[in-house]
Amino acid sequence: MLELDRVGVALGPKAIFNDLSLTIGPGESVCLVGPSGAGKTTLLRLAAGLLAPTSGEVTNGFRETSVVFQEPRLLPWRRVTDNIALGLKARGIGRRHRRARARELAAAVGLAESLDCFPHQLSGGMCQRVALARALAVGAELLLLDEPFSALDVGLRSDAQQLMQQLVQERALAMMLVTHDLIEALRLGHRVLVLAGSPAALVYELPVTTPFNERTPAWLHEAAARLLRQPLVQASFQPLVDREAA
Amino acid sequence: MAAWVRRLLRGIGSLTGVLLLVTLWEWGSIRYGSFMLPGPRDTLTAMGRLAEQQALLAAMWATSWRAITGFALAALAGMALGLLAGLSRTLGRVLEPVATVLLGIPPIAWIVLAILWFGSGSLASIYTVAATTLPIAFAGAQMGARTLDARLAELATAYRLPLAQRLWDLYLPHVVSYVFPALITALAVAWKVTVMAELLATDTGIGAGLALARVNLDTAAAMAWVVLVVVLLLVAEHGVLRPLQRRMEPWRTGH
Repeated sequence: MLELDRVGVALGPKAIFNDLSLTIGPGESVCLVGPSGAGKTTLLRLAAGLLAPTSGEVTNGFRETSVVFQEPRLLPWRRVTDNIALGLKARGIGRRHRRARARELAAAVGLAESLDCFPHQLSGGMCQRVALARALAVGAELLLLDEPFSALDVGLRSDAQQLMQQLVQERALAMMLVTHDLIEALRLGHRVLVLAGSPAALVYELPVTTPFNERTPAWLHEAAARLLRQPLVQASFQPLVDREAA
Repeated sequence: MAAWVRRLLRGIGSLTGVLLLVTLWEWGSIRYGSFMLPGPRDTLTAMGRLAEQQALLAAMWATSWRAITGFALAALAGMALGLLAGLSRTLGRVLEPVATVLLGIPPIAWIVLAILWFGSGSLASIYTVAATTLPIAFAGAQMGARTLDARLAELATAYRLPLAQRLWDLYLPHVVSYVFPALITALAVAWKVTVMAELLATDTGIGAGLALARVNLDTAAAMAWVVLVVVLLLVAEHGVLRPLQRRMEPWRTGH
């Protein structure tokens, strides 16, 4: 279980958020949406332990936690296999075992053919799948994903989301996904949280009980529209709309 | 098109360039006479004469080990200082002007100082080579250390990479990609500077051979020595450094 207990982060005099609490249970998929600049990435880095809170406490009870960043962040000088096995090497697993594990995971994300490629030979979507396989390789029970599909074009993004959905279900992973795409959040989450305001707060929470296989495109669009009609959600996205109009 | 055909065509292209140069050389020799500019054949004959006198191999060896020793010392010291200067901004600010000053001193000035300090002999040439190539290695390593990707460093933290793996998998390959081109430049400089230092400071080596050729007004021998230096440099670069780079950085070519 991951528990953020009344955490606050301040950059100099400016508080990004105060007293924010959030819990993610085993196997639970939480999607975090909100206008850009609200502090979604900061919250994720806090959960990943890459940033220490100014106040409050972060307790991570999951055995392994992995992060997938907005950009793939692969090592350009290592082949796909070794990129996937990066975390395994850090945990002292021998070359033979980690290569075998990397092969399995490459197959799981549909990269069985590209094991010996260098990252610059792969497309953006493939690189992001390598990053995903690298995150899964260490046997993560909690995945922290920071807008991992935002750089992909529409078709690839849909494929990646489907893969993600399948992985979460099959492996019973807990997940925190940061996104600015409501549809993506509704497609992948058990809970959708809206982070907005300054200092930022979780202004709205929507439990999504519909099973994953019943979340059709029509259902998703309708759910997104319904969510956006909520006054609190509308208000949190509003300043952005105004700013863009101005 | 098959790969070997492309390679063959490329080879023919390079060969054409070399042949063109040799043709110009021959033409110049005919036009100005073989005393002013000995042609390729005269040069080969002179080289054969030098080889008969056992002078050739000894000179090549003397020059090579001076060049390589000076280069190796400069590469090691330059890389170590460069890495430190790249990692610490304060140290970088201190060392950078020093490197700029060193880079600005012409090799010919170094050799004069070196002869005054160390007397004539190998040490003067080795010192000159090291002093001239050190700032080049320094600049390459500093640039490499300074451009380390903070996002990859964060990745390393997120995946809990131990320090040894961080150095080996993240920092080293990145720094090498900056240091290698600098080393190749430094090696070419090392050879040229050694020959120049030898001309003034030693009585062995290719530079000393050139000095002797000048005294004897033996233009053909001088040309022979020049050709020899170029061949040595090409062997060092394409026979050693570039294959080494290809081995160490397969990700650049993607094979």
